[in-house]
Amino acid sequence: MLNAAIVGSGNIATDLLFKLRRSERIEPRWMVGIDPDSDGLRRAAQLGVQTSAEGVGWLLRQDPLPDIVFEATSAKAHIANAPLFAEHNITAVDLTPAAVGPYVVPPVNLTEHIGKPNLNLVTCGGQATIPMVYAVSRVTEVPYAEIVASVSSAAAGPGTRANIDEFTRTTAGAVAKLGGAGQGKAIIILNPAKPSVIMRDSIFVAVPRDVDQQAVVDSVRAMEAEVQEYVPGFQLTADPQFDDGRVAIFLQVEGAGDYLPPYAGNLDIMTAAAAKVGEEIARSLLATAS
Amino acid sequence: MPYSADLDVRVTDSCLRDGSHAIRHQFDEQQVRSIVRALDDAGVPVIEVTHGDGLGGSSFNYGFSAVDERVLIKAAAETARAIKIACLILPGVGTVDDIKAARDLGVSIIRVATHATEADISRQHFGIARDLGLETVGFLMMAHSSPPEQLAVQAQIMAEAGCQCVYVVDSAGALILEQVSDRVLALRAALPPEVQVGFHGHQNLSLGVANTILAIRAGALQVDGCTRAFGAGAGNTPTEVLAAVCEHLGIKTGIDVFALADAAEDVVRPAMESEPVIDRMSLIMGYAGVYSSFLRHAERAARRYGVSGAELLVRAGQRKLVGGQEDMLIGIALELAAEQAGEQPLTAEVSAADAG
Repeated sequence: MLNAAIVGSGNIATDLLFKLRRSERIEPRWMVGIDPDSDGLRRAAQLGVQTSAEGVGWLLRQDPLPDIVFEATSAKAHIANAPLFAEHNITAVDLTPAAVGPYVVPPVNLTEHIGKPNLNLVTCGGQATIPMVYAVSRVTEVPYAEIVASVSSAAAGPGTRANIDEFTRTTAGAVAKLGGAGQGKAIIILNPAKPSVIMRDSIFVAVPRDVDQQAVVDSVRAMEAEVQEYVPGFQLTADPQFDDGRVAIFLQVEGAGDYLPPYAGNLDIMTAAAAKVGEEIARSLLATAS
Repeated sequence: MPYSADLDVRVTDSCLRDGSHAIRHQFDEQQVRSIVRALDDAGVPVIEVTHGDGLGGSSFNYGFSAVDERVLIKAAAETARAIKIACLILPGVGTVDDIKAARDLGVSIIRVATHATEADISRQHFGIARDLGLETVGFLMMAHSSPPEQLAVQAQIMAEAGCQCVYVVDSAGALILEQVSDRVLALRAALPPEVQVGFHGHQNLSLGVANTILAIRAGALQVDGCTRAFGAGAGNTPTEVLAAVCEHLGIKTGIDVFALADAAEDVVRPAMESEPVIDRMSLIMGYAGVYSSFLRHAERAARRYGVSGAELLVRAGQRKLVGGQEDMLIGIALELAAEQAGEQPLTAEVSAADAG
């Protein structure tokens, strides 16, 4: 088993704790935050996890040290913490938009960066949509791709709200870089409707007019199944729609409801991706050790 | 208290932004130059020039611009003499890089738009705009969907972030008379005296001018119009009509009614594909509270999938879609098509009585 720590005690951190507790290779032993009154730290303590509100300083005084940390704080905090983890040989899985390490979207490039000291999970919108852009670009030429993420207002935390440009820029960059599109664009919409709406994503991909439509559909459906392996609530809401030099893919992400409510699929797909990446790192490290 | 020594209220004409929706973002440079010149000559103080969905809006989702909006903005700024150039931005669509580029092209006013309940995503954009020396305006879109007190709290968030005038934006043309003045009064009461209140109206329920007058009487110092009503959906408050009404009511706008009436007829109308009308689709938008720019997209999706555009819009209202969710219209059209194929009766379900 790998010893893991979760840095951060907010919604994402707490949801990730629930997911990691199901792992056969990772034991979440610590959760650190900076707010002693946070619900996340209280929950973690109840589950037998060692907790502290003294942050990363406390974590790095533990013996043994964690093998792996999952950081679910803010980009600013992770930029400060990343060198400390590296110095102590702790692999970091970064759920913030800091992007200290390379982008990872599991079904696209999970294994490529295993062994690197720091891996970044792009954004929730990126995790939900980049697999689909990639599914198209692996069968045809994609000069441009655009994603629209619609998220319930209730599931958009203060970090996202304070720096929404970070979401659009990072996601657009990764749509191109990982998705395989010549150019990427990202749009995020917050919808306050009650009852809260499930995360929806639309992916518009420019394709040649004579594209083999069946090949695109098959690739997209295969990718849907791959993502479903670690995000069960991920599904297309319609068949891919071909129109005038583009294919439009519509999907929704219903969360597993571990700690966060099911409508917060945007947060669930981040924690599910983090758990998946952690699992792969653990598989690799444990194999090397044995 | 008037807007300035010369004006009781400052009018911003949005035909080169809101009108962009009506012609699927196909403005060319010549149209922009001639409209800016004509409105400038008629004494319109501000004109907004941007893709219909704001800076960076050119996309599959909203429609690609025929001419890069930066080329159009530059043309507008070059043409302008007294008229100021404004740009709109929706955080989540455009970024602060677009604001910086607009400033460099000669834009002096940036208008940051969020859904009525999501003002806090605009903080970054107001901060940067003010740092760049730009005048700032905030748009609380789909204002009909929030009660006055809640809207006022959101207006305070914008004001704290650096917004100098918060608009009550009736994106769906759904507000009716006192529903406008109640919202303007609530914002006026909640905001510091130096922060102004504005109103942006649409024609879906045929109340653009009347609503705008009520907004002015309730304390709005900035209001929007579109010459010839050239805007999304049923069109906007027609600026030349508003100017005429204001003149008769003794409200100084600085606009020469005859000159703008000529501009509407001779310069703006030729740039339009059709006159905006309150037809079945646009009436339903006002009635069901649907974002105005959905109109063309709903028409197209209805045609593509052989379903009723009106039913599509009603369902968009029931889903409480917000501005920017054009992508959802295709999904709804697919649903309607599937229901039709399954021959399920639809009429009862889409009765507009329960539409948000």
